[in-house]
Amino acid sequence: MRIDATPGDTGVASRRGTLLARIWREHAVAERHGRTLLYVDRHWVHDGSFLAFGKLEAAGRPVRDPRRTSAVADHYVPTAGPRVAPMHDPELSRVSSLLSANASRYGIELFAGDDPRQGITHVVAPELGATQPGMTIVCGDSHTSTHGAFGALGFGIGASEVTHVLATQCVWQRRPRSLAIEVSGRLRPGVTAKDLGLAIIARIGVAGGSGHVIEYRGEAVRALSMEGRMTLCNMTIEAGARAGLVAPDDTTFEYLAGRPRAPQGAAWDAALACWRTLAAEDAGPGHDASIALDAGLVAPMVSWGITPAHALPVDGRVPDPAAGGAERAKLEQALEYMDLRPGTPLQDIAIDRVFIGSCTNGRIEDLRAAARVLEGRRAVVPGFVSPGSSAVKAQAEVEGLDRVFRSAGLEWRESGCSMCVGMNGDVARPGERVASTSNRNFANRQGPQVRTFLMSPAMVAAAAVAGRITDVRRVPVA
Amino acid sequence: MSPTARFVRLRSRAVVLDLADVDTDQIVPARFLKRPREEGFGQYLFHSLRRKPDGSLREDFPLNSPTVAGAQLLVAGANFGCGSSRENAVYALLDAGFRAVIAPSFGDIFSGNALKNGLLPVVLPVEVVGRLRARVRGVAATEITVDLERLCVECEGLTQAFEVDPFAREALLGGVDEIGLTLQFEEAIRRFEQADALRRPWL
Ligand code: SF4
Repeated sequence: MRIDATPGDTGVASRRGTLLARIWREHAVAERHGRTLLYVDRHWVHDGSFLAFGKLEAAGRPVRDPRRTSAVADHYVPTAGPRVAPMHDPELSRVSSLLSANASRYGIELFAGDDPRQGITHVVAPELGATQPGMTIVCGDSHTSTHGAFGALGFGIGASEVTHVLATQCVWQRRPRSLAIEVSGRLRPGVTAKDLGLAIIARIGVAGGSGHVIEYRGEAVRALSMEGRMTLCNMTIEAGARAGLVAPDDTTFEYLAGRPRAPQGAAWDAALACWRTLAAEDAGPGHDASIALDAGLVAPMVSWGITPAHALPVDGRVPDPAAGGAERAKLEQALEYMDLRPGTPLQDIAIDRVFIGSCTNGRIEDLRAAARVLEGRRAVVPGFVSPGSSAVKAQAEVEGLDRVFRSAGLEWRESGCSMCVGMNGDVARPGERVASTSNRNFANRQGPQVRTFLMSPAMVAAAAVAGRITDVRRVPVA
Repeated sequence: MSPTARFVRLRSRAVVLDLADVDTDQIVPARFLKRPREEGFGQYLFHSLRRKPDGSLREDFPLNSPTVAGAQLLVAGANFGCGSSRENAVYALLDAGFRAVIAPSFGDIFSGNALKNGLLPVVLPVEVVGRLRARVRGVAATEITVDLERLCVECEGLTQAFEVDPFAREALLGGVDEIGLTLQFEEAIRRFEQADALRRPWL
């Protein structure tokens, strides 16, 4: 067997190219048959990763560097009642115990359900300052794309690959192509990164980014906060791309400064000097494809169907499959599942429940946006607010946001994936229509026969108050 | 990689699933993922497509037809396996007896997971997939051959070449243990770590 190894590239900062090319080059350990053995800087596992630990045990392998892996309880953690085993549900208890047993057996740090640092992995890592520019970050979860907001290459892997990373700290990957999405202008008031993400997916389709990493550029992207950039990179997987990337800039550095796991003192200065050279890569040509978009034309978006590409501006109407061409069968399937008739104005669709949370829109800025709309109002439908992390929850309580949600009639829950995926039992009732800040409106995702309508946090809040889909731009906010 | 994860050649009847964008939630719903691997996921495959809300089987769902019993091949629509990274989607197909899926395209993570577990994702041009679908629909006993060694699909005179990542092909044909392979690069990994500790000492 022939082995071609290349020594780790120490990187020349001024070489032009894409950010993807730079990070790839700096993490390439070896090549074989067109694949690269990439070194993984940070690895996150969660309570759904027990299959990977089972494979590691079956293979009889140790964890190569336990300091580079952290474990978080997010997918299965209850958002009410006991948060660590023993829990009410024996199956959830089992999954929770497996996570702590594996973490202690292999010497991996653990953020269990009762830890103040617990939350959804893709919210926790950035808020700790553990996600830094130029890193490679993997997790057995497709929304690892979120970390791209920092100019880090973050991508989701399957259980077999999780086992491989635990055993070797590396992962074999074929280098993706790069797709530049240039967003000019500025988002208008009431329009958010979520709307931009949905608008992009509606345009390029759920497989539009397949085989690519999307590098987001342009004035509108630069103007986004870190929370907004995380939302945008989070939604990137819904376009079929493995990862999203935003080149780091002062917004990134200001966010990171002083966070517990960000470098401090002289180390910070050295890191910052290196990160600034990454920012320069953004100017490089060499993308394999590119798309341009005017942010000023993006309206608040709502998904009406069963893929995130089934999304339209809020003033739109449910499409007619007859006009759908090749997509006809898919559109018919969507309308049947959603129980919608072609031509119905989206704003005539009644909502039965709302969900505010998830790794897409569960950050403090998202809760603030929803609370601004709910302030002094009542929701006419039930719903949950599950903050993206326990730290976000604590911050929201300091700001009094919990009181706003509670007085509006919504439940203020603990942090976890919750109704984004319903693995912990937080599901809606069959047939219900849920206005949700999450990222996937797949059939049955929020519970059997549940119909999901994706939108921004402010739009979900507006839907809660009106009991139907509503253009948040028409709701007066103090 | 376990010996069962090998793949060389398969000749089998096929099940047709003519839907685009079948996501991993449709392949196996999230609520079953907490079950241990040993219990198997085959019974949950396409759960909500295959069953009515009351749990009984839908007669019109292709997988429920008695004529496809024992089929090891699925002919699917574009972007099959998009969505989450759950490897259980692959286990559900394997546990239900499938060894290969033919489709015009696949979700990236699904495709990688499949190759690592001996479920071969075969990408064929959309019109060829359409022809295979028509043949199977015409005669349920139609057999399709997928040959990984010769990289071709055959079905009653129709022969179509396909491509597979050479790295994965070698592993599937030879039953390579990927972790074992990677650990042969131990020296390179260590050199990388030493150089990187100097380059990015703050990590
Ligand atoms: S919040 Fe939803 S999308 Fe995010 S990691 Fe959890 S289940 Fe996945």
